[in-house]
Amino acid sequence: MTFRKYLVLAGVTVFASAGDAMLSHGMKQIGSISLNHLQSVIWAVLNPWVAVGILLLLAFFATYMTALSWADLTYVLPATSLGYVILALVARFALHEHVSPMRWLGIAFITSGVGFIAGGPEITVHRHGESLETSSDVDGIPLLAKEARSGAPRVRGMES
Amino acid sequence: MKTIYTWAAILAIVVASVIGDVLLARAMKQVGDVDELRRRVGFLAVVGRTLSNPTFLLGVTAMAVAFFSLLFALSWGDVSLVAPAAASLTFIGNAIAAKVFLHERVDRRRWIAATLVAAGVALLAG
Repeated sequence: MTFRKYLVLAGVTVFASAGDAMLSHGMKQIGSISLNHLQSVIWAVLNPWVAVGILLLLAFFATYMTALSWADLTYVLPATSLGYVILALVARFALHEHVSPMRWLGIAFITSGVGFIAGGPEITVHRHGESLETSSDVDGIPLLAKEARSGAPRVRGMES
Repeated sequence: MKTIYTWAAILAIVVASVIGDVLLARAMKQVGDVDELRRRVGFLAVVGRTLSNPTFLLGVTAMAVAFFSLLFALSWGDVSLVAPAAASLTFIGNAIAAKVFLHERVDRRRWIAATLVAAGVALLAG
């Protein structure tokens, strides 16, 4: 993992949570949209919060696709789930909302989940088309994790 | 009856977004390392290559289905049930689907991560 790649993962996290927050703020200003007047959804993009929210979500999608091009899905998803934590912290310290003990516990769970994958390899390396399922784990540490740590040759995800 | 509808819609969201995520992940592996490609062929070529990938388009379609299922689910159930239930089940579903369909090495470390994040997301809504 290069610094640049961590930056892309941070982008996924920040763009997703900031985009969602802006969209929800903008849509609350507009008020509820009736199913009989769906065309008013189109006018919603004229609200600056909604417009910026959409731009941020486009940026989220671009960074998410970039991350998926060099990392496993099961690495990218937990790694970018810190967005939930950011939103809760913004709610507590910027908007001064009450964060219940259950939510703090949730934040702790997500953060430790991210910690679990952070030390591991970001991509599964398939060697010579050999099935990964057959390679044996030695004391619970997968072959690939050890390989990545020892800096053995890698097919993809080569650092530049 | 409403509860059954809500959970059916939640299930639809989870299935559609897992299919979407798996297809998008596979598509981007086919496209190749975007950072590297951009240096070689330029930004627009990378965008063109991604948008013309059939797997990518299928993935985006599945994501659209997931989005509309979410709208249905929200019209039947509370957002405080639908959003966290769908998000946390999607994390677990993705871990299983990535192992089965993408042959990702989902080791103990990644199972624990997916489970902790799923539990955390469920708790955040509480």
